[in-house]
Amino acid sequence: MSSRIPLPYSPVVLEYFRNPKNVGRMENATVQSTAGSPACGDMIRLYLRIEDDLIVEATFESYGCAANIAAASILTEMIKGKTLKEAWEIKWNDISDKLGGLPPIKYHCSILAVGALKRAIRTYYNEVRKEVPDWLPKNLSTEEKQTMEEEELIERMYSRVPKSSGAENGK
Amino acid sequence: MPPKEVYFDLENSGYVPDDVVDVMLPYFNKRGYGHPAITHRLGWEALDLIIGTKELVAKTLNLANPENLVFTHSGTEANNLAIQGYLIANRDKLRGKKVLVSSIEHLSVIFPAQFVSELLGLEVIKVPVDKEGFVDPEVLKYYVDRDVGLVSIQLVNHEIGTIQKLRDLIEVVRDRNPDVVFHTDASDAYGRVRIDLRDLDVDMMTLSSHKIHGPRGVGVLYVRDGVRIEPILRGQLSVEKLWPGVELTPLIAGFRKAVELAFNNFEENVKYLTSLRDKLLNGILNSVSDVVLNGPSGDERAPDNVNVAFKYVEGEALTIELSGYGVYVSSGSACSSRFLEPSHVLLAIGREYELAHGSILFKVSRYHKGEDIDYALEVLPKAVDRLRTLSPLTPRRA
Repeated sequence: MSSRIPLPYSPVVLEYFRNPKNVGRMENATVQSTAGSPACGDMIRLYLRIEDDLIVEATFESYGCAANIAAASILTEMIKGKTLKEAWEIKWNDISDKLGGLPPIKYHCSILAVGALKRAIRTYYNEVRKEVPDWLPKNLSTEEKQTMEEEELIERMYSRVPKSSGAENGK
Repeated sequence: MPPKEVYFDLENSGYVPDDVVDVMLPYFNKRGYGHPAITHRLGWEALDLIIGTKELVAKTLNLANPENLVFTHSGTEANNLAIQGYLIANRDKLRGKKVLVSSIEHLSVIFPAQFVSELLGLEVIKVPVDKEGFVDPEVLKYYVDRDVGLVSIQLVNHEIGTIQKLRDLIEVVRDRNPDVVFHTDASDAYGRVRIDLRDLDVDMMTLSSHKIHGPRGVGVLYVRDGVRIEPILRGQLSVEKLWPGVELTPLIAGFRKAVELAFNNFEENVKYLTSLRDKLLNGILNSVSDVVLNGPSGDERAPDNVNVAFKYVEGEALTIELSGYGVYVSSGSACSSRFLEPSHVLLAIGREYELAHGSILFKVSRYHKGEDIDYALEVLPKAVDRLRTLSPLTPRRA
């Protein structure tokens, strides 16, 4: 494959885009979460297998641009083997740093990835363990807030657009 | 390096063939590099080139007077000159009036219309299109009243290839309000769709060099006699009375050659383009599942335009993936355009956001060979499949 794609993307981003790690749906996931939406053009679904507060396995699916795929992929690598408390400490800029930097217009991809992670951790304690530890803040983190804002914004924009009925092939 | 490279991104920037480059080079330092308004040999050569090129372009349009053509430095500039120049020159009689543009116009029409209208207190109205991008004459009729001053509707859409039934639209406009000035952006028609100005009753028309394999840096505006336009840039006028600055003679020389090449075998070229377009489109529909065509098909579509949405994948990722194979395309996705919203053209024809995000534009060219299309068709399913295996939206089939 060629490497002549003009940067804004770092070589790390392109490498994770081309050879993403931990791809795919996890059938025996303890918890899964989604951030973003198809309408945004960026959506990450995260699957975690958790044993005794430890993330033993993490996989993802991504609908989105190269930065989105790379951010989700590197996140799964970063959190594997971490306790949920350690994983909670990851910030969106840790992802962009690890990726060798992202163009500012793509920061939201690392926000979505960390947003998905924090949603998964919350869902785990709220719905699976049904017992919330002291260290988990009640208020939404920056990443959860911004993920929600992006989803709400696109929802508002989308509601202006009529649904289409285009010709399409039936395969 | 990929085994082969095929450039389909002719919408955004053209490929300039060697024979066009070759005629440009002498105009930098061998001949005609003088100022065309100055009286010495090198200036006269420049002037000859400008006049000769206008005569050639006029002939291709069936236009009697080449002096109705103005060179600008791009199609974007020609559109700006038409819209801004007309509105500013006629601001007194246009006070409180309306400007109609189709909702799928190039942004170099929509943005200047909005900008100047705001300054002058005019109202811009975007006329809706149907799901294939056509302005319905009956719908247009509803919008044209005595308060409309300017209408701009492109002949061929740059993204989805819709060939507008422009004569019908002009007839509606003339019938409802004979004072309206009608501009058409024909950048994506010229050299591919026959334009006859004896037959097409427009007041202003834009052409662009890079859309016909000429160099970037040459636009043309046709302005009918009696239509008053104000220059929108200020400075020393040279040969052009509406566009200041020294004419770009090397680029105009390249444009002239590109016009010759496009019109030498016009019918054959169009037939060839159409065959490549259909080979590519049918090949995609047959080899990739869940694909939606954007825009009309058959004779209602520009012969060089293929625009399809691949469901479940995002366009920017697909352009990068295809680039790895040496296939260069552009996308209607928000990501690739650096705006939050995807292509306004795709939204205007009612495409859902996710389909707009997954849309890819290919433009075929007479410089493509059948094997280029074969190669694109060989790698496209692989590229789409890989991204679909990553996507949570892809339906899992048992």
